[in-house]
Amino acid sequence: MATFILRRILLTIPVLIGLVVLVFFLSRVLPGSQCYALLGERATVAQCAAFDHAQGFDQPIPAQFGTYLGKLAQGDLGSSIRTSVPVTTLLIQRLPVTVELGFFALLFAILFGLILGVFSATRRNSTLDVVTVAGANVGVSIPIFVLGLLLAFIFAVALKGTPFALPPSGRLSPGITLEPLVAHWGLGDLQGPPRAIIDFLSNINSFNALVTGQWSILVDSIRHLILPAITLGTIPLAIITRITRSSLLDVLGLDYIRTARAKGLSDRGVVRVHALPNAVLPVVTVIGLQVGSLLGGAVLTETVFNLAGVGRAVFEAIAARDYSVVQGFVLVIAIGFLLVNLIVDLSYGFLDPRVRVS
Amino acid sequence: MTAPAVQASDLELDPLARRAPTGLWRDTLRNILRQRNAVVGLALLSILLFGAVFADVLTTNNPDQVLIGVEPGVKKSSPPCIHLLGCPAAQPEHVMGTDSNVRDEFNRVLHGARVSLFVGFATVGFAIVLGTLIGAIAGFAGGWADNILMRLMDIILVFPALLLAIAIVTALGSSLINAQLAIAIVAIPVYARIMRASVLSVRESDFILASRALGESSKGILFRRILPNSITPLIVTGTLGIGGAVLDVSALSFLGLGAQFPTAEWGAMIAQESGRLFTAPGLIFFPGFALILTVFGFNLLGDGIRDALDPRLNR
Repeated sequence: MATFILRRILLTIPVLIGLVVLVFFLSRVLPGSQCYALLGERATVAQCAAFDHAQGFDQPIPAQFGTYLGKLAQGDLGSSIRTSVPVTTLLIQRLPVTVELGFFALLFAILFGLILGVFSATRRNSTLDVVTVAGANVGVSIPIFVLGLLLAFIFAVALKGTPFALPPSGRLSPGITLEPLVAHWGLGDLQGPPRAIIDFLSNINSFNALVTGQWSILVDSIRHLILPAITLGTIPLAIITRITRSSLLDVLGLDYIRTARAKGLSDRGVVRVHALPNAVLPVVTVIGLQVGSLLGGAVLTETVFNLAGVGRAVFEAIAARDYSVVQGFVLVIAIGFLLVNLIVDLSYGFLDPRVRVS
Repeated sequence: MTAPAVQASDLELDPLARRAPTGLWRDTLRNILRQRNAVVGLALLSILLFGAVFADVLTTNNPDQVLIGVEPGVKKSSPPCIHLLGCPAAQPEHVMGTDSNVRDEFNRVLHGARVSLFVGFATVGFAIVLGTLIGAIAGFAGGWADNILMRLMDIILVFPALLLAIAIVTALGSSLINAQLAIAIVAIPVYARIMRASVLSVRESDFILASRALGESSKGILFRRILPNSITPLIVTGTLGIGGAVLDVSALSFLGLGAQFPTAEWGAMIAQESGRLFTAPGLIFFPGFALILTVFGFNLLGDGIRDALDPRLNR
């Protein structure tokens, strides 16, 4: 197992290098002048030349790449051309919002997807099964922004004043603020990467409230997350439900399941001990793939629910041709995907002994 | 005595032999219509098609027309008013109400069906043509051409589709056509991969060798022998892709990157009225439900066609 993990991690390194190269060159290929996007369409040629010189854009592309790599090695992702805020600072502000949203969306999708998939496969052609299959079909057909607005309408307008009302925007109720963890723990003079990590975690509101034991704030932040998480999680939920159902149906038709039943095992035992572990592999693959498409959905979800996350940040940076922000964010996001894929692959080894051996 | 020769009349007695041969297309159509999903999908899409075709007959005016000064008593963002259902006759009739620019919402939703159907077919059509071509060349030529083309496709697939589409539209400028182009580009690799795979799977088969021996040109082999063999997965993926394309283009329009004011496009209409969720929710839900109906229809039809054409999935 240890060699399997090690080999899999080593395989990630060349992909990572390729990714850095790709992200750099693709952002340079992106047409449209940064100068005009920033200084306005009436900027003069001389102004643009001065701007390009100041930003180093008049250097040959390979030289720019060298500078970029040098800074990257020191953990410097550059600064936003628009606002001069370092990209790492932006990441610490924006990434936690999306990570938190994505986590709860996936949690919702995986939990309910597995439950619904198993129930509908084991009770095939029952009312529950038919409703689930139809629901999954509708689930992949609803535009994220329509679903978000629909949920906001139901829970913030129609149910207003009832205990089921949920806030339709923002991360915390007005008036509620969370103290940064560094302040809470009295680590104000901490610097460098440890500080960045603690600030990052601190901006995940639910995590912050959880570790500092502020339960009312924890509840408030989760209440704000429910609608966005359901919005973002519905498509993955539908897909996970479908794949769980069809994969489990495949396995339940196999001979060894009949053997297990013939031995006198209960239905529940057959599904839980014999069928599910073998059926779950394609589900894991699909979950890994869904993480990739979550980000596109995050742009829309964050727009509808007014959240300042990564999706909005990348969208705004692309629109403003803010190269360094696009580069920095895309790189971090891509590394995130690589990690998810790594985890998915490692979990294959964990779930399926054959993968470990080969 | 010799055994009596089989007479033509004997064969006619056999009921199986007498049945007229059915064509491939008719068989396929019958198989598709046997699928419940496909029938429901087709029904939904027929409603949509009806609305799109007769949009000008069912409504009276141009969807972009502002009704102030045209109709007495018309108000902006007014709720639906149907005289038959008890709405006072003094008020002008608007089945889905009016939007914040005092335009008839029903009219706009109907005309939006035209835009969405066009968007769906044009986007996927473009992606299929280009993807098929790229996949066919890659599979047929092999070697470095294959490598370069398919690695290019891999690069496109690495990025989250919607973000890549946003980047492409930003580069090209916001418009409905550019949004369609962006979504089509993002979809190309899927079709290229399908085509390449089926080219590879039949390229070495005997009937291709026979065609070659008969002197058929490479182009002829590609279009007359290989393409018909890969049409099934292309049709299935394409039908399912139309729903996705309608979704993605409307998402770009919602973000302000696709259809521009005052085009009656559902995503753009929702974006424009999203601030009135609390006062006039109908303005969001009518185009929203139209969008859901469209995508749902194409997805069901695609599922049905897949079940009908792929016998392995029948269960």
